[in-house]
Amino acid sequence: MPTDNQPLVTVTNVSKQFGKEQALNDISLCIQPNEVVALLGENGAGKTTTIGTLLGQLTVDSGQVRVFDHPAGHWAAKQQMGVMLQSAALPDNVKVIEQLRLFASYYPNSMPLEDVLNTALLTDLQHRKVQTLSGGQKQRLLFAMAIIGNPRLVILDEPTVGLDATARREFWRCIRALAAQGASVLLTTHYLEEADALSDRIVVLSKGQVVAQGVPEQIKAKLGGKSVRFRSNVSPEDIRKLLPDTEVHNRGDYIEVYSSAPQTHLKTLFTAGITTHDLTVSGISLEDAFLHLTQPTVSSESSANIQEIA
Amino acid sequence: MNTSQPSPLSLFQRWDILRLETQTELTKTLRTPGFVIPSLAFPVMFYVFFGLLFNAMGGQPGHGAKYMMATYAVFGAIGPALFSFGADVATDKDKGILSLKRVSPMPISSYFAARIITAMLFALVIILSLFALGAAFGSVAMTRGQWIATLIIVLFGTLPFCAIGLFIGLSVSAKAAPAVVNLIYLPMAFLSGLWVPIQLFPSTLELAANIFPAYHLAQLALAIQGNDLGAPWYLHAGALAAFTVVFLGLSVKRFNAIDNRH
Repeated sequence: MPTDNQPLVTVTNVSKQFGKEQALNDISLCIQPNEVVALLGENGAGKTTTIGTLLGQLTVDSGQVRVFDHPAGHWAAKQQMGVMLQSAALPDNVKVIEQLRLFASYYPNSMPLEDVLNTALLTDLQHRKVQTLSGGQKQRLLFAMAIIGNPRLVILDEPTVGLDATARREFWRCIRALAAQGASVLLTTHYLEEADALSDRIVVLSKGQVVAQGVPEQIKAKLGGKSVRFRSNVSPEDIRKLLPDTEVHNRGDYIEVYSSAPQTHLKTLFTAGITTHDLTVSGISLEDAFLHLTQPTVSSESSANIQEIA
Repeated sequence: MNTSQPSPLSLFQRWDILRLETQTELTKTLRTPGFVIPSLAFPVMFYVFFGLLFNAMGGQPGHGAKYMMATYAVFGAIGPALFSFGADVATDKDKGILSLKRVSPMPISSYFAARIITAMLFALVIILSLFALGAAFGSVAMTRGQWIATLIIVLFGTLPFCAIGLFIGLSVSAKAAPAVVNLIYLPMAFLSGLWVPIQLFPSTLELAANIFPAYHLAQLALAIQGNDLGAPWYLHAGALAAFTVVFLGLSVKRFNAIDNRH
């Protein structure tokens, strides 16, 4: 990656308020050429609001947004960008190829239609009307519309929400193909797995703030915790003694253990001969993970919340 | 990857966008027979019933048919304008299609221009059908100048209705839009004297008709054949221009207030 290149997008200390709700609180981030950045966060974390400021849909209360060294929403910035908005739909009664031809006309230097159809895995569907496409196929058409202008930056807001596993994998292939061609991608998601699979860098948003950023490995280490739940005849205190580096909670009949290395910890339990009934291991939601992570520094009010969640 | 520098759209590119927008809009509409058939059939059917069949029963030959041809032309022409803007823009707004176009580099004006052209093409087909029926079966006789003037006035007279439709489309949900449009379109058509000659109305209703743009457009069209109520043409034209400006202004406000976060 050339380091002498200017960042494509710089967001500096941006805040945005909707009524009383602080949607963005002093956000800063940048996107370099040829980089896939994932904006990771729960619903309401401020991902779409961040995108809105990049696109010039929203004016910021304070701070600065520069896109290709233009203000957000400038025509020259728009010309170098492709966008997939969250839950955007397509008009009925239009064929795939017609919709692509229309969007191709918006850009001065658009890709050949065959190439776009290929990249978005739509070649066999080009003469189908939009309303006959499946959810995954529609998302890929919206994706094709986003990349058709040969953009240097593609913004994908929650591109895989509502897709089944196969459709999601297909969509991932499209994004990887795009990144391989040298475009930068900013995608939002609330799946750590997706951010990990696709991106070079993850920016984690929570309640309108950037709470962590780094390469996927770092973020995964921080957030990849699991919740291990089981019933047992031993007390939580016994578990705590066995697993000193975890957090153990009593949940009615159950004991719940937050663990960053569930395999090792379970092995320890089994070796110690602890009986476990109704054992489940599940991912911790990002929000829980944050609260969990930031517990030592958060206020007592938030700590109370954790106890409640836990 | 694109290495070329961004450049403003050339006139040719703008023309190409407008052409493709219009073509897409037209294709989409023609693939919706549920819209096409009623919007063409209603004015024609009404004209046959009220303009031609009643007319054949007595009175001066061709007189009623000529009068009604003008008013049903107005009725038929403003329908596609109100619906293309009212109902379709509401759908595009709700689906996020409008937002996507706004963040793309296309000039949003071509989206609206394409809709105006589509609505006018529909209006043209309706007006010409009524002309053909009137001439063939209603013994309507006008000079060539009168035919052309009627066509042009009614055709361009759809513009204020595009603006009103746009305001509705940007203001209400896609589900509500067709009902709201009908709630305005049909009573306005009747109260403006598009179905029944305004001369048959009680004088208070006749006066009240002044608040409807359709009345002013009908009066302009009727003035060409000398069947208007006699108010000077520039009052009607001024009223139509005022409706256009006011609703365009209101629409711009609505447009900028669209919540783009979906």
